[in-house]
Amino acid sequence: MKGGHDLGGQSGMGPINPEPESQEPVFHAEWERRVFALTLATGMLGKWNIDESRHARERQDPITYIENSYYENWLEGLERLLQEKGLLAPDELAGNAVISDTDSAVQVPDPQLASKILASGASSEREARSEALFSVGDRVLVRSSEGTGHTRAPRYVQGMNGIVSAIVGCHSFPDSNAVGVHEGATLYRVSFLGKDLWGTTGANSEVLVDLWEPYLSAGIS
Amino acid sequence: MPHDHHHDEHDHTEPPSDLELRVKALESLLVEKGLVNPDTLNTIIDTYEHKVGPRNGAHVVAKAWTDPEFKQALMTDATEAVASLGYCGRQGEHLMVVENTDDTHNLVVCTLCSCYPWTVLGLPPAWYKSAPYRSRAVSAPREVLSEFGTNLDEDKKIRVWDSTSEMRYLVLPQRPLGTEGWSEADLQALVSRNSMIGVELARAPDSGAEASQ
Repeated sequence: MKGGHDLGGQSGMGPINPEPESQEPVFHAEWERRVFALTLATGMLGKWNIDESRHARERQDPITYIENSYYENWLEGLERLLQEKGLLAPDELAGNAVISDTDSAVQVPDPQLASKILASGASSEREARSEALFSVGDRVLVRSSEGTGHTRAPRYVQGMNGIVSAIVGCHSFPDSNAVGVHEGATLYRVSFLGKDLWGTTGANSEVLVDLWEPYLSAGIS
Repeated sequence: MPHDHHHDEHDHTEPPSDLELRVKALESLLVEKGLVNPDTLNTIIDTYEHKVGPRNGAHVVAKAWTDPEFKQALMTDATEAVASLGYCGRQGEHLMVVENTDDTHNLVVCTLCSCYPWTVLGLPPAWYKSAPYRSRAVSAPREVLSEFGTNLDEDKKIRVWDSTSEMRYLVLPQRPLGTEGWSEADLQALVSRNSMIGVELARAPDSGAEASQ
């Protein structure tokens, strides 16, 4: 999908105005702390994966996505997932329902287990089932994405030619993972010249983008 | 656009905002339904507010500056080398270190969301997640760097890493001149978070540890 989140190369977003590093708090308000922790804690219930979580935020109206602050987008995504996965009923969320009991099969991590999960992480590597189609140095063309599904091919490289700079390995394919299909695909690091993508503002720069094999076709020399 | 960043500073006699109420209601509902453990929420917040942060990355960088064997291990397999210092876990499962040199400067972004190497840098700053940075880091990197007070020579190449996969990128800044003989501990104070994202250089030795530019 080409949603409001797909921001690479978008014009008119204004100056960055970074806060000085030494003065910036990790969270800017108590509600941000809570949204962050609720998102991670409910993620540990195992009802959705990272790509489903990203896709839940991306499916918002693009104007709302851009107008929202960062953790507002997390909150939107979380409320959507909790309902879609059947953990909360819409009328429970609206505050006008008798609250139903949670299925006792749901395992809710205690602080010790949560700490262990955070400290161990989860690899996205998968067992390779086929040889990589492209080699380092090959010219590849990024296909145009279709439909409203999740993808990690940014709009700004679609239809562009790049050069394979590395074969990263076989990693979980986001487009499938976002619909609950767990399969791997070869992941490449593809190099694009800034001047090809952007003209003068990209002079003497190179953009490296990690792209899975299904996003690529043989490039045009 | 990101809303104002000063919610904490508001007068506490004001009623809570709709957003605060909405989050409180969601948390109460999830606790009441037994879907979250309140102590777990506090543990998660404490981990990323007080334990996991950019001092981890500064340790990695200062060690790479002073220990050639560690640097080689870091450039070969960053995930493993960083784990040898005790930093591993969520959003750091697949790390790669990219080294600044006299010819090339590296800059990290996630144009699609906010991917960031948590194990070494903690949670990303607000600007890293903002539309202005995400849109222009790829398309106008020199302009972006100048907004951080970093002005590179025209002939220095910029390599921008868009974190579209689960690979996480950490910039190894150049060791500042005039730090010969410095200890690893003293060098750490020169390694800003921003230098490890690539929007700034490491601090000069005479800048004072707290100066950010």
